[in-house]
Parts: sequence; structure tokens; C-alpha cells
Amino acid sequence: MTTTASPESPPQVDLGGEARSRRTDKGFTGLVALAGLTVLVVLGLILVTTSVQAWPAIAHDPVEFLTGTDWVPGDEIFGTLPFLYGTLVTSVIAMVVAVPVSIGIALFITEVAHRRSRKYIVTIVDLLATVPSVVFGLVGSIVLIPWVTPIYQWWAGVVAPVPGLNAIFDETNTGRNYFTAGLILAVMCIPIITSISREVFATVPEIDKQGAYALGATRWEMIKGAILPHSFGGLVGASMLGLGRAMGETIAVALVIGGSLTVGTNLFEPGNTMAAVIAQQWGESSGMHTEALIGIGVVLFAITVLINFLARTVVRRAEIKMKGAHS
Amino acid sequence: MTALQGQTPPDLSGRNLSFRRAFANRAATSLIALCVLVAALPLALVAWEVVSKGASAWSLAWFIDEIPRNYRTEGPGMGPAILGTLTITGMAALMSIPIGVLGAVYLNEYGKNKPLARFIRTMADVMTGVPSIMMGLFIYVGYVIVIGDKTGFGGALALACLMLPIVIRSTEEMLRLVPDELRQASSGLGARKWRTVLGVVLPAASSGITSGSLLAVARAAGETAPIIVTVGLTYIYKPDLFDGQNTTLAAQIFRNASQPFAASQERAWGAALTLIAIVFVFTILSRIIAARFAIDKR
Repeated sequence: MTTTASPESPPQVDLGGEARSRRTDKGFTGLVALAGLTVLVVLGLILVTTSVQAWPAIAHDPVEFLTGTDWVPGDEIFGTLPFLYGTLVTSVIAMVVAVPVSIGIALFITEVAHRRSRKYIVTIVDLLATVPSVVFGLVGSIVLIPWVTPIYQWWAGVVAPVPGLNAIFDETNTGRNYFTAGLILAVMCIPIITSISREVFATVPEIDKQGAYALGATRWEMIKGAILPHSFGGLVGASMLGLGRAMGETIAVALVIGGSLTVGTNLFEPGNTMAAVIAQQWGESSGMHTEALIGIGVVLFAITVLINFLARTVVRRAEIKMKGAHS
Repeated sequence: MTALQGQTPPDLSGRNLSFRRAFANRAATSLIALCVLVAALPLALVAWEVVSKGASAWSLAWFIDEIPRNYRTEGPGMGPAILGTLTITGMAALMSIPIGVLGAVYLNEYGKNKPLARFIRTMADVMTGVPSIMMGLFIYVGYVIVIGDKTGFGGALALACLMLPIVIRSTEEMLRLVPDELRQASSGLGARKWRTVLGVVLPAASSGITSGSLLAVARAAGETAPIIVTVGLTYIYKPDLFDGQNTTLAAQIFRNASQPFAASQERAWGAALTLIAIVFVFTILSRIIAARFAIDKR
């Protein structure tokens, strides 16, 4: 276009304030770096402050704290094993239900659904993620439990003669139990597992899929042969993220799990989880009881951070591997 | 490469398939479709129950009146909790969004692929997975015990911790979408980096950042666990967030749902409907703004 500028020295744009501007630049750099560091600072502080606060209750009897099965705050007996057990049981139930369903939804969205219906399904899953956990707890405790209790009793009767199964699904008189909590957790984990699985499936090279079709594969054979082997690592990561979410979920579980101290194989028994017991007993706790509850939180924090860290690493590595292979 | 589109090559229609393969394909496809139904069912159940049971509680008095002191008292009143949800979440947003946006600026504009930035990015992801009750316990130990009282501000701090990683990660995604040409043009005009960031990059990504932040607000508004740990379970709202125990809708749902009385359960349903409405408004707003952004990008 028009080049009216003279070929000589560049125009003088700097009108003073050079030093000030440079200082502002440095200051701004420092400011944003500080903001970035807040994440690390907060995570570090969470670990340190809560551990220090919980220490008296843990040090009171460390072996009891991790392996004891009795929780009698009045007598300063703090055994957290039943809660750890409940957390594991409920989240395993949640994973058994949520992982296949989420992978199915992700496959439906990426491979089966038409472009137009895809949007609606994504919206359904997103909406599921926006429902506050306390609302799931409310619906679970008031609506779901009266419905499922007779179903549980019927099922316990059906499998009563089957050895093994009758230990897992034994007689019950309440719907407030591990199984209900696990089901609600499953619903709450579906959105996150689905969205990560979708990201993972998106990294499968189009060439592989078309190649499978070109060889005459049906859609299911294409999914089995081209998509799933490629995405295995990423799906493991996605499931672990869901697991982390399930283990840390508090309020919904607190409302439906019943709140008892059991370590048993019967999934239809009431129990408790680490997160739920904190919410249930927080209001009436004081002194060492509060410290013990914070101690449960510290253990839960350590477990979930570890799981999340591993999961993120697995997902990232899987993605890098795939993108590296077909840039 | 990307030119290869279209799902099935025309010649290999299903007629030539063996029965076993065709059946496996059909069965698998139906199972996959069934999964969508499994996810839609609980959503429909929650929506139906909350709307049908909560709508009867709504009235003008519902939004204004105080919460009855006694669980058994029938009648409306959730005004304090609505105010509490809005102010406590608002305060949390006020703290977490500026820090989160600046943190994202660090990650995307300054840190990029440096080891520190990569570490922060991973830890922000990890932080989104930290159980919300843990944020409550942290603020309880670090703030409530120090101050000596559960307050609304404590709840705001806990929610801010919860929102921070979400804001950082969503903002970073948006900053990544800002074309590099804009930054180069700004530098070419002689602007220093901070001016480029504040004057060019952030405004270009502003709608995306707003949308992501609104989603974080929506998520925080529905949180219960950190609230009952740091704010307490009461029925009074105080406009001064530094003055004693406070309340939010989520806390009211929990408080009323765990009681066996019909009157309190009805209030829980009403509060659930109100909370979902608030969360929904934020989510829709975020969607609308995000859709605009997608058009801008072209």
C-alpha cells in the first residue's frame, strides 16, 4: 500500500516514561507469576495446615487411627478403617456402573450419533454435571430409597441360595446402604468420565477408522479394532479421574449411606465413607473429635491427590503417544 | 488426510455380513445407545422430582420471608438462604476470578512450556479433583480457628479455593485461542508485554473468560460440604459476611432434608428448585456468551 515513511531512522515513538514502563512490565510479570503460584501455595497449605491440626488425634494412637474398626469419639477411640472401607466399596460400585456407561455414551457421541443429535446428548451429560450434589442426595434420600428398598429385599431373596452372591447381596431392612450410595456416585461420575473419554476418542486417527471400514469391518468391529486399543491408556486415566471424584463426594453420600460402623461384605448394609462422616459429625464435634475428622480429611486428600496426579499423567502420556505417532 | 470423510463405504452394505457379525454389531450399537438412556434417566428423575415437589413451595413470600426457626413449622421462607448463596458465591468469585485469570496469563503468556508452568498446570488439574470438603477443612483450620468464629467470609474463601483451578484452566484454554498475530501486531506497535496482555489478549478472550468463570460460579453456588464446615448450619442470614454464622441454599437443603418432618422436607424441595434455577441461569448465561465467542473466532 502506501509507503510514505522515510527510509531513515525509525520514528521517535518513545515519549518518556521508558524506565517506568519497564518497571511496570517487571511488576506485571511478578504479579502474574505470583497468581500462578497461588495454586501451589494453596495445595501446599492445605496439606500442611490440616496435617498439623489433625496431628494430636493421629498421634494419640496412630495404629488405631489407620487400622481400628471402632469409632467412639466420647472415649477418644478413633479407628477410621470402616470409613476407608466404605469409601472403597462405594467408589468401586460407582466405577463398575459408571465406566462402561460413560464409555458407551462417549462412543455414541463420537461414532454413532448424527451430528444434530450429538449436541443434545452432550447437553444431557453437561446438565448432569451441573446438578448440585446435595440435590442428588435429596432425591436419593427421599425419593429413591423407598423405591429401591423392596427391590433390594427381592434381589437378596433371589440370590440367597447362590454361594458368594448371597454374601454380597444379603438381607436388608433399609435402602440407606453402600449400594444406593454407589449408584448415586456412579451418576455423578458419568459426566467427567464421559468428557475425558470423548477427548481420548477424538485423538484416534481418522485413517485408522477409515482403514478398518475399508477392510470391511462393521462399526462394532471398527470400535473394537481401531478405537479401543488406541484409547486404552486414556480410558484408564479417565476412569481414575472418576474414581477420585467418587471418593471425595461428600453430601450426596452423607444423605443416603445411613451412617453406621460396618466392615462387612453385604452391600445392602448401611455404612459410612470418609467424606460423609466428616459432614455428618462435624456439627456436633469438638476438641479431639474435630481433629480426628480433619485427620480423615488429610488421608482422603492424600489419596485423591495421588489418584488425580496419576490419572492426569496417564491421560497426558496417552495423548502425547497418540499425537506423536500420527502428527 | 482430513479429506477422508463419510462413515461407511457404499459397497459393503450389511447384506453380505454373516449373521454373527451383523448381530454383534446390532447388539453393540443398541447397548451403546442404552448407555445414553442410563444417563438421561437420572437427569429426568431429578428434574421431575425437583420441579414437581419444589414448585408448590414457590410464592412471593418464599423469596422474601425468613426461614422458620422450627423444622416443623409449615410455610414458606427461604429469603435469607437465597441472599446468602448470592453474596457468599459473589464474594468467592470476586477473589478467585482475578487471581485465576492472572494465573492463566502467567501459564499461557509467560510460563508456556517452562517446567514450573507445566507443574502448575498439572497441579491445577489435580486441584480440581480435590474433594470440596477438603477446601472447607483447610479454611476451617487456616481461617475459622484463627478468627475464632464460623463466618460467611470463611465460606467464600473455601469456595474461592474451589473455583481457582477451574478459572485458571478454562481461562488458559481461552487465551490459547487468541491468535498470535494479535500479540505480534501489538508488540510491533511498540507495546510492552503487559500492555499487550491487558490491552489486546485479555479483551480478545474476554467473552470466553466470562463464560468459563460463570461455569465456575455455577459450580460453587451448589457446593454444600465446604459451607457446612466453615459457615455453619443455621437459619439466619447476615449481610455482614464477617459477622458470625451464615447460610446458603445448599446448606438449607442439607439441613432440611436430613429431618423427618414433612414441613422441612418441603422446604428442602423448594430450596433445591431455587438452587437449580440459580445454577441453571449461570450455566445458560455461560453458554450464550460462549456461543458468541465461537462466532467471533471465525
